[in-house]
Amino acid sequence: MFRAVFRLSSTGARCLVRSKPSISAPLASRCYSHGRVETDEEFDARWVTYFSKPDIDAWELRKGMNTLIGYDLVPEAKIVDSALRACRRLNDMASAIRILEAVKDKAGPHKEIYPYLIQELQPTLSELGISTPEQLGMDQL
Amino acid sequence: MLHLTAGHVGSLVARRATVALTTNSARMASHGHEVSEAVDMSKPMYWDRREIPLPDKRYKDILTPADKSLKEKEKGPWGQLSNEEKLALYRLSFCQTYPEMNQSSSEWKTVVAGVLYCIGLTGLVIIWQTAYVSPPAPRSFDAEWQAKQVKRMLDMRVSPIEGFAAQWDYEKGQWK
Repeated sequence: MFRAVFRLSSTGARCLVRSKPSISAPLASRCYSHGRVETDEEFDARWVTYFSKPDIDAWELRKGMNTLIGYDLVPEAKIVDSALRACRRLNDMASAIRILEAVKDKAGPHKEIYPYLIQELQPTLSELGISTPEQLGMDQL
Repeated sequence: MLHLTAGHVGSLVARRATVALTTNSARMASHGHEVSEAVDMSKPMYWDRREIPLPDKRYKDILTPADKSLKEKEKGPWGQLSNEEKLALYRLSFCQTYPEMNQSSSEWKTVVAGVLYCIGLTGLVIIWQTAYVSPPAPRSFDAEWQAKQVKRMLDMRVSPIEGFAAQWDYEKGQWK
C-alpha cells in the first residue's frame, strides 16, 4: 500500500474526473482507456488501509494526507476517520485539526459537504477528543 | 509573491522554489551590512499551502519548556486538553490557519495603480517626444494632400463592394 501511494503520485494521476458534487469521483490509477477503472469503494478501501497501518510514521501520514488532498475529490468520512486515528497514534493533535481544515477547504463552494463530514465523524471526534476548527474559533479570521 | 499557482499535484517534491520564512529561520541575504543567513533549502521547509496541509516540518522548531510540557500532555487523552491548549498545539505546528492562508489582500489595487501610473508616465513621455523629438510630418499628411488622396481612392473605386468606396454615394457626391 505504501508502494501504491508512491506509484500514484509519481505518475501524477492526471486522468482525474471533473469534480462532481458527490464526495468522491471514480479515479483510474493508470491513464488507460482500456484498463480497469478502480471503483470508489476500492479507492476508499485502499486509503483506509493506508492510514490504518498500526505503526504508521509521521512521514507516511504527511505523505498520505498531502497526496489525498491533491486529488480532485473530498475524501470520504471513513478515510478521514482513519487518518484522524493515525494522528492519535502519532500523538499529533495539530495535524488532526489541520486535516479537518483541509477537507473543508477541499469542498470549495460546496458548503454542504463539510457539515455532513463532521456529522459522520462526530463519534470519532468525541471518542478521540478532537475539537473541530469551528469549536476552537479557528474558522474566523 | 513567491507562490506559484498550484495546479500540478505530482510535483510535490519539486516545489522547493516556494519559500515561507519561518520565525526561527533568518532573512534572505539582502543587506550587506547585516549578518544574514540564507535559508538552507536542502533541509525540509515549512510552508502554508492549501494543497499541502501537512508541511515537511513543524513550524516552531525551538520549543520552550512550556511547549515541551504541552507536547507531553498531548500524548495523553486529548479530551483533557483545553481549547487554548489545543490552539497552542496547532500554532506550534502551523503558522497560519486555512482561513488566514486564504484571505485575500488589497495588493491588486496597488498593482493596478502602479500599472496605470507607468502607462501615464509613458504617455507624458510620448507627448513630449512628439513635440520636441519627432521630425516634421511628411507632406502627405497635410489636409489638402489627404483630401486629394481620398478623391483618388474614390475615383479608383477602392473596395467598392463592402469597403471604402462602398460608403460613398456616387450620385449625390457625399458619404452615405
